[in-house]
Amino acid sequence: MSSFETTIGLEVHVELKTKSKAFSLSPVNFGDPANENTNVIDWGYPGVLPSANKGALESGMMAALALNAQITRDVHWDRKNYFYPDNPKSYQVTQQQTPIGHDGYVEIKKEDGTSKRIGIKELHVEEDAGKNSHSGKGYSLVDLNRQGTPLVEIVSQPNISSPDEAYLYLEKLRQLIQFTGISDVKMQEGSMRVDINISVRPIGAEKYGTKVEIKNVNSFQYAKNALAYEEQRQRDELMAGHIIGQETRRFDEPTKSTILMRVKEGADDYRYFPEPDLPVIHVSDEWIKAVKSSLPETADDRIARYINKFALSKKEAAVLTQTLEMANFYDQVVDDGADPKRTANYLIGDVNAYLNETQLDLQDTKLTPGHLSGMIKLIDNGTISTKQAKKVFTAITDGEEPKAYVEKNGLVQLSDPNKLTPIINQILDDNQQSIDDFKGGKDRAIGYLTGQVMKKTHGNANPKIVHEILLAELKKR
Amino acid sequence: MSESLPREDAAHVAKLAKLHFNDQQLNLFTGQLANILDLVETLNEVDTDGVKPTYTVSDNINVLREDVAVKSNQKNELLANAPETQDGQIKVPAIIDEES
Amino acid sequence: MTDFFNENLTSLHKKLVDKEISATELTKEALNKSKSSQSEINAFITIDDEGALKRAAEIDAVGIDPDNILSGIPFAIKDNIVTKGLKTTAASHILDNFVPVYDATVIEKLNELGIVTIGKTNMDEFAMGGSTETSYFGKTANAWDHTKVPGGSSGGSASSVASGVIPVALGSDTGGSIRQPAAFNGIVGLKPTYGRVSRWGLIAFGSSLDQIGPLTRTVEDNARVLAAISGKDQRDTTTEDQSVPDFTKGIKKGVKDLRIGVPKEYFAKGIDEGVKDVVKKAIAKYESSGAKVDEVSLPHSKYGIAAYYILASSEASSNLERFDGIRYGFSARQDGQTLEDLYVRTRSEGFGDEVKRRIMLGTFALSAGFYDAYFKKAAQVRTLIVNDFAKVFENHDIILGPTTTSPAFDLGSENDDPVKMYMNDLLTIPLNLAGLPGMSINAGFTDGLPVGLQIIGKRFDESTIYKTAYAFEQDSQLFTKHPGVNF
Ligand SMILES: [Mg+2]
Ligand SMILES: [Zn+2]
Repeated sequence: MSSFETTIGLEVHVELKTKSKAFSLSPVNFGDPANENTNVIDWGYPGVLPSANKGALESGMMAALALNAQITRDVHWDRKNYFYPDNPKSYQVTQQQTPIGHDGYVEIKKEDGTSKRIGIKELHVEEDAGKNSHSGKGYSLVDLNRQGTPLVEIVSQPNISSPDEAYLYLEKLRQLIQFTGISDVKMQEGSMRVDINISVRPIGAEKYGTKVEIKNVNSFQYAKNALAYEEQRQRDELMAGHIIGQETRRFDEPTKSTILMRVKEGADDYRYFPEPDLPVIHVSDEWIKAVKSSLPETADDRIARYINKFALSKKEAAVLTQTLEMANFYDQVVDDGADPKRTANYLIGDVNAYLNETQLDLQDTKLTPGHLSGMIKLIDNGTISTKQAKKVFTAITDGEEPKAYVEKNGLVQLSDPNKLTPIINQILDDNQQSIDDFKGGKDRAIGYLTGQVMKKTHGNANPKIVHEILLAELKKR
Repeated sequence: MSESLPREDAAHVAKLAKLHFNDQQLNLFTGQLANILDLVETLNEVDTDGVKPTYTVSDNINVLREDVAVKSNQKNELLANAPETQDGQIKVPAIIDEES
Repeated sequence: MTDFFNENLTSLHKKLVDKEISATELTKEALNKSKSSQSEINAFITIDDEGALKRAAEIDAVGIDPDNILSGIPFAIKDNIVTKGLKTTAASHILDNFVPVYDATVIEKLNELGIVTIGKTNMDEFAMGGSTETSYFGKTANAWDHTKVPGGSSGGSASSVASGVIPVALGSDTGGSIRQPAAFNGIVGLKPTYGRVSRWGLIAFGSSLDQIGPLTRTVEDNARVLAAISGKDQRDTTTEDQSVPDFTKGIKKGVKDLRIGVPKEYFAKGIDEGVKDVVKKAIAKYESSGAKVDEVSLPHSKYGIAAYYILASSEASSNLERFDGIRYGFSARQDGQTLEDLYVRTRSEGFGDEVKRRIMLGTFALSAGFYDAYFKKAAQVRTLIVNDFAKVFENHDIILGPTTTSPAFDLGSENDDPVKMYMNDLLTIPLNLAGLPGMSINAGFTDGLPVGLQIIGKRFDESTIYKTAYAFEQDSQLFTKHPGVNF
């Protein structure tokens, strides 16, 4: 067992899903042609002034509430000054002195069943920078579409003690933020970005070890890998009697290691000062109340509702609430009248399998809640069998309407006793042994006979009706 | 407060401000800035204990706009003013120390 | 030939409405005067012949609006106010090729009222200076004595109006940049209350201090232009939701029973005796007109300069970081250079010395370890200055004093001594720190040079300033005096 302890702090930037930018009217839209969504403010033109987006500030308040943080009542904006091509004014407008939220926490559930509260030091609203891309030919190109997109930066307390805890924290944080609806929180699209601070010190040491920064980690798994590598590297360095340098590193995926980017010489000097172009903000009790009441149901509340109202298991409820899209999809299907339990089974089973197979996000598929509920209701009312439903499911992932598909392909389940009884009697005639077994008390025989009926009807017979007729006809023999 | 501005401080400040001065200019500037700072030192005569700083004289509070987007359609004009562009983007010397 | 010395907005408007003169003819006159004055006073950075004549023709085609006094009136605009399609430089090399893609709010408003922009006036680079000598485009001369400074930073606007080249001009005032050149040139210049006029499109110097205001020959003209450019603007969220009255209404009410405070600090040692004499005489006139005059104190005003140079320079150091050679303006590009080299070259070659000095001062005041001692301390002193004025205004309607510590000084005489140059703003700066409106009008002459009377009002009470100014102007008839040269 090692005699070191690890201290991890995470800074997470979450891009907000507002319609317009934090301080300009330009649309916020991922993936548009370069510089399409820019105006004179986004370019930092001479003479322009910012105007603050209420939606962005309120999103910050929602995040604060979701993370159990206190809301700061007197807020002003600050300028953080640094030169960079993706930072057109050469300052970023942020909330350095008066972050909108402070002193919150996120509760993580660890593998061993215990919980831990990870402290949230503060969260602040600020503007994102543009994007530089590097040609590798001696120049770089700047696209200012992202410039000014509102962000919430969430700064944890340094009380994350292991790479596993960091991973759990990130997952929980993503869920909490996602369920507020303020952000897509997608690592791959950059709407969630993680910066890591990690230090290691001998157990019992009074001061923290030297902090190493790891920037721009692309996934939670990478964050965990980077932390694991860095934790070991720093321990080894200390064991070897070396000193940990104050540096910025980056994660190298192929080797699952961290690589030195630059050594920090002293602290950066951002010359923060209050932004004179933007009026101050006073947050009243009423305002907080209004924002609170506009918050959608949290993941935890949904889990409780699914368990109590729909009799789902804890596990099922947890799977359905892993993403907001899935939970919303579930609610819509059930609202549409589909059986809650069957719906849960489909989403956890077939739908998830389909998503894994196609590597799509739910909202990017052709599957709609209406189509899924349509299919499930056809099962619920006996129109189709679950076996037939396999075909229907494939069809609805291609965007087909289930009822129309069923009709078009004659997938209607055989439930008419007048048609089923002769078929059943024919099978009974051919299987005297099974009749004897049944009379002898062997219930298995029923199963065998049902199977024969299904085989004969190419799976189209309604198993429930078949079962009923079989029992009645057996009694007659 | 500093009595005057040491030359190393002036060089550090110039670096932060992305300005370059040759030795002669730096000497001149350091001298002039020192004189200005002497003037500024008179603020020390004022007792400001417990005085709230004034960063703006605007009485405005909570002037926030609704979250409505408007496309500028200024992209081409903006690009036309840039010293160098390529593929609808702004061209700059290679960025080596990548940070974002 | 139209003689702007003998005209005002009302008389010009009447001539336009009566078709005694067309907007095009008036524009030509202004263009000619502007151009022929250039070699003497160099008041303009850009004269927009083509744009102005095109605009005038459009106005003539539509016809002069009889209800709108600014219809067809030629204007000169300080070159730190952006004008769409018309080069705007802030008198700096770093913007000497810059053509804005949008109009400042004040320009939008004035254009809607049918003004004709003749050109962009010279100024101190980025409005940093009090003599219009730091311009990349050469110095401007004082209207009354071409060997003297016109004041600054709105020197081109003030000198062109005072020289009869243009009837009205816009300037901007961060620490006195409208009032001081108005005083040096014997005209009327108003810095409005902070938040009265939109700063959208004003190239920022000190964001918490800057205001755009009019420079005119008469008080009434000034009131009319202010009304035209005022008002809340969604694009500048520091503008306040205050009604914009007709500032000319009540202008003739007189000053009987007006409670005037005269700060003793504004007559302290070091202020030119000639200036003091002229201003004291002017104040005596108010007393004889029935105003109640008494001495008041603004004990912290003497710290205004120190606080101002920290705060304005700090804000400026940040505001001017955007000039980096990447998106617009001058760019010192070289093959194979590093990003750092592009930044440093562009800024070192693009900015003049005074701008660099202020960037250095401001960067220093905000830098780690110095913020509290400089920036925060200055902001605290600012509070005390605000409180000083509030106290006086508890039982006074208006404050009077000199605008400047001296009349216009010789061109080139203070270039090497920034501190001496800064001291010129002693009497104007406190208003900017407090966000108060203030005006300078001609109070008389000393040694043949005009002396400014500064009239300071309560926040958003420009009406009382206009009434006060108008009384003296009409009484003294000083606006009929003008420098001999008629361009
Ligand atoms: Mg940070
Ligand atoms: Zn951040």
